[in-house]
Amino acid sequence: MKLFKVFMNGIISENPTFRLVLGMCPTLALTTAAVNGIGMGLATTFVLVGSNLFISLLRNFIPSKVRIPAYVVIIATFVTVVAMFMEAYFPDLYASLGLYIPLIVVNCIILARAESFASKNSPVASIFDGLGMGLGFTLALTLLGTIREILGAGTWFGMRVIPSFIEPAIIMILPPGAFFTLGLLLGALNKLTAKAE
Amino acid sequence: MDYILKVFLILLSSILVNNFILARFLGICPFLGVSKRVTTAVGMGAAVTFVMALASVITYIVQYAILEPFGIEYMQTIAFILVIAALVQFVEMVIQKTSPTLYKALGVYLPLITTNCAVLGVAIINIQEKFDLILTLFNGIGGALGFTLAIVLFAGIRERLEFSSIPKPLRGFPIAFITAGLMSVAFLGFQGLIK
Repeated sequence: MKLFKVFMNGIISENPTFRLVLGMCPTLALTTAAVNGIGMGLATTFVLVGSNLFISLLRNFIPSKVRIPAYVVIIATFVTVVAMFMEAYFPDLYASLGLYIPLIVVNCIILARAESFASKNSPVASIFDGLGMGLGFTLALTLLGTIREILGAGTWFGMRVIPSFIEPAIIMILPPGAFFTLGLLLGALNKLTAKAE
Repeated sequence: MDYILKVFLILLSSILVNNFILARFLGICPFLGVSKRVTTAVGMGAAVTFVMALASVITYIVQYAILEPFGIEYMQTIAFILVIAALVQFVEMVIQKTSPTLYKALGVYLPLITTNCAVLGVAIINIQEKFDLILTLFNGIGGALGFTLAIVLFAGIRERLEFSSIPKPLRGFPIAFITAGLMSVAFLGFQGLIK
């Protein structure tokens, strides 16, 4: 029951994108299409679960003075694993995510969870925390990607959903569209939560 | 002459056309976090410029003098992030010794540069684009100047925003994102500058 709570915490009450506003670089850059959002989200989830597990296992052995470099090395190792795996099995996705795969290393969500959760909790709880946070991130990215892809390209996961005689609003898949979509979504969420309270 | 023109074009493109924040989305965290006051934004920009120029050159040397001769390019991510972390630590110590005033002005923002994805981003872009050492240096400086330009302009707008009446749900992050979006539209205008 407690593990379920830890898991849901990342998806809803502390959603990394909508609540904590962390890890903005991939969120804004890669949500031009829904499939990129899922790809990036799952890659980050894998790194989060792996690094959370290892940091939790090693939490009593890492001296606190050098903990940040130690965490970064663990995280970078998992990022390298994910990058090699994607390059081998999903070359198209690897090409479209490009630069942002090595940049998972400096995604603040991962270091934030390492510091605030994995370094203080048991390995099992840390795995659930990584899963919840990762899936929360994936959901947010997919939602943003869905909105931008439908409005900006008229497609969803590559399928046409808006008839082609309606001109799509290209600005939605250009950089400004990312800022607008996220800003308005955050505003709408604020309004909804304010109403609920 | 052609080479000088190329250097100039790279500088211009990394400052305006491919602005790190508004077109490539690198370094969004400090962009949102350290942009409440113009003075701190300028300090952050200066520190990032310094670290990015140095990091570009050193990661270039690491890539072509260590990783490639030994055939361990897959270690790139780990090697680069360690180099950047060590570099930031080193720069912090040097500034502290040589110029305590600058050190005080930069304060906590200096160690935070390690997690600024623009620094790792520019290092990887330099390698991907196969730039030589001089182009690498200028791409680093240009990227950092673009970052400084965007964060200082944004801080100027945010100082004004504090006094305006914004609908309640949009206060804080939402309005910051919408402002950044409008700035990004303005920067799209530079797109046709370089073919």
